Amino acid sequence: MTSGDPVQPPRRVDRAGIVIAALLAATAAVLVWDARGLQSTAMYGMGPEAMPVVVASGLALLAIGNFVDALRGSLPARESADPVPVVLILVGLALLIAIIGFGGGFILATSALFVTTSAAFGRRAILVDSVIAIVMSTLIYLAFDRLLTLSLPTGPLERLL
Amino acid sequence: MMDTFAALAHGMAVAVQPMNLLYALIGVFLGTAVGVLPGIGPALTVALLLPVTYKLDPGGSLIMFAGIYYGGMYGGSTTAILINTPGESASMATALEGNKMAKAGRGGPALATSAIGSFVAGTIATIGLAFLAPWLVDFAVRFGPEDYFALMCVAFVTVSATFGDSPIRGLTSLFIGLTLGLVGIDKLTGQARLAFGVPELLDGVEVTTLAVGLFAVGEALYVASRRHHTEEKLEPVRGSLWMTKEDWKRSWKPWLRGTMFGFPIGALPAGGAEIPTFLSYSTEKRLTKHPEEFGKGAIEGVAGPEAANNASAAGTLVPLLTLGLPTSATAAMMLAGFQQYGLNPGPLLFAERPDLVWGLIASLFIANCMLLVLNLPLVGLWVRLLAIPQPWLYAGILVFATMGTIAAKPSMVELSMLAGFGVLGFLMRRFDFPIAPVVVGLILGPIAESQLRRALAISLGDPVTLVQSPISATLLAVALIALLAPFMLKGLGRFKANED
Repeated sequence: MTSGDPVQPPRRVDRAGIVIAALLAATAAVLVWDARGLQSTAMYGMGPEAMPVVVASGLALLAIGNFVDALRGSLPARESADPVPVVLILVGLALLIAIIGFGGGFILATSALFVTTSAAFGRRAILVDSVIAIVMSTLIYLAFDRLLTLSLPTGPLERLL
Repeated sequence: MMDTFAALAHGMAVAVQPMNLLYALIGVFLGTAVGVLPGIGPALTVALLLPVTYKLDPGGSLIMFAGIYYGGMYGGSTTAILINTPGESASMATALEGNKMAKAGRGGPALATSAIGSFVAGTIATIGLAFLAPWLVDFAVRFGPEDYFALMCVAFVTVSATFGDSPIRGLTSLFIGLTLGLVGIDKLTGQARLAFGVPELLDGVEVTTLAVGLFAVGEALYVASRRHHTEEKLEPVRGSLWMTKEDWKRSWKPWLRGTMFGFPIGALPAGGAEIPTFLSYSTEKRLTKHPEEFGKGAIEGVAGPEAANNASAAGTLVPLLTLGLPTSATAAMMLAGFQQYGLNPGPLLFAERPDLVWGLIASLFIANCMLLVLNLPLVGLWVRLLAIPQPWLYAGILVFATMGTIAAKPSMVELSMLAGFGVLGFLMRRFDFPIAPVVVGLILGPIAESQLRRALAISLGDPVTLVQSPISATLLAVALIALLAPFMLKGLGRFKANED
C-alpha cells in the first residue's frame, strides 16, 4: 500500500464496476424497448410484455446496487490478467466459426481452435500441434459420423474420408 | 413403504438389463475421465457429455447420465486431492486436507477414504431419495400453479442471494439468466421476444450452449488469462493405496456425519453443496482427537466433506425429480438432459413413466457400486489423465466444448453465442459473480413465468390468488425472508464492526 492515511484506507472508485452497472442498465433499457413492441392479447392476467418489464426493473435496481458497490470500491480484489492469451483463444473461436460458416468442415475448424488455444497456453510448436489436432479431430469426426451417426459439418477434408 | 420397495425393485429390474448396465458403465467411465480433468466440475462434465447421449433412447441415456453424474463427482475429488485444483467450490474442503495428505505421501488413503466415503454417503442418500420422493410427489400433486411459482421464487432467492458472498452479485447473475430465458417465442401468444429478427433466436437460448460457454469456454479463457500466476503441481501417489485400521477408525463417523449434513441440505431447495461440505469440515475439526493434524492433512477433513458432497448431490435430485426444480448447476444440466427428450421431471413423470424414474434411481445405486470397484484400481489411469500438459488439455477441452454445439446446431449464430457466453463466463469469473444462478435463471425463468401467468389467468387476473393458497403464501414469505436476511445480517455485521 502507499503512504496514505492509515486510519482511512484509500477506497478507489472501481471503473470496471461502473461499466458493469452501465451494461446492466442498458440491458434493462433494451428489455423495455423490446417489450413495447409486444401486444397484450391476454384477456385476464399478464400478457407477454409483463415479465420483461419485471426483469428490467430488477436489472435496473441491480445496476444501482452494482454502481454503489463500485463507488465504494468494495468489489473483491482482482489479480492482474494477461490479455494476449484471451485474445488468441477468441481468434481461435472466430476462426472456427468462420471455417464452419464457409463450409471448411469440422476437421479444419476444430484444428484451428486447437492450435490457437494451445499457443495461448504457451506452446510454440505450431507444426507439431497442427498434426496432433488434425489427427485428433479426424478420429473424433469418424467416431461421431460412423459410430454415433451424428452428422458433423463436412468440408474438403471430410469428403476424402 | 411397500410401494417404494416394489417401485425400487421394478427400477432395479430395468437397471440390470445388460444394455443398461453397459450404459451405466460407459457413463461412470466417461464421467470419471472428464471429471478428473482439472477445472472441470460435475456440471460441465454432464454438459460436455450430453451430445454422446443424443442418439440413445431416454431410458438408456438417463441411466448413462446417472453414471456420468456420480463419475464426475469422483473424478473431481481425485483432482482436488492430487493437484489442489478443486473443479467446484464443494471440493474445496477436500482439497484443503486431501492435498496436504498427498504431499505427505498419504495420497492413497486420502483417495480411498474419499471413494469409500462417497460410496457410503451416495448409497444412504439414494435410499433417502427413494423414500422421500414418493412422499413429496404425493404432496406436490396438490400444488397449483401459484404454489409452483412461489416455490420457484424460493429457489431463485436461495440459489442466488442467501448463501453467496454478495447478494447483489448473486442476484445480478440470476437476472442475467432470467433475461436470457426471455429470448424466443412466447409460448402463450406466439410473439417473439428479444429475438431482434434473428431466426435462430426464436427457439430461445439453448441450456447446453449457455452452460458449456460459461463453464468450459469461460474457464479456459480465465485460466489462460492468469497462467503467469501459478503453476499447479501434480502430487504422485506414493505408498499404499489402502487405508490402515487407524484410518478406518477415523473415517467412518465423519462419513456418516457428512451424509447427515449433505442429504437434508441438498434436498432443500437451498442450492449447492458448499454449505454441507464446510459444515462437515468445521464439525470434524471440532470433534477430532487429532486437532493438530488439521490444516496439515487430517483424514477426517477428507472423509467428512467428501461424504457431505456426495450426499448433497443425491439430495438435489429430490427436488429435481419430484418438483422439476434444479437447485444446482449440475441439477440444471440433468434437467436439460431430461428436456432433450421432452420429459419434464415432476409428479407427473412419476405417474406416467415410473420405469424411467425408478430405473434412474436404481442406476444411481449401481453407478455407485461400479465407481467403488473401478475408481481405486484405475487410479493410475486417472493420474495419467491429470498429467496431460496444460496447452493440450485446454485445447482439447475447447474442441470438445464446441463439438457439442457443432453436433447439435452447426450454425454461425449458435457458435457465436457459445463464444459470447464464454466471454461472459470469463468476465463473471474475473469480477467474482457466481455462475450457477445464470443457468438456473435460464431454465426456471420461463417455467416460473408460465406458472404465474396460468395462476393469474385462472384467478381472472386477481393477484391476491398468490397469497390465498397457504402453500404459496408460506413459500413466498420464506423467499422474502431468504432475500432480506443477508442484507440484514450484513447490516448487523457492519454495526458490530463499527462498535469495536
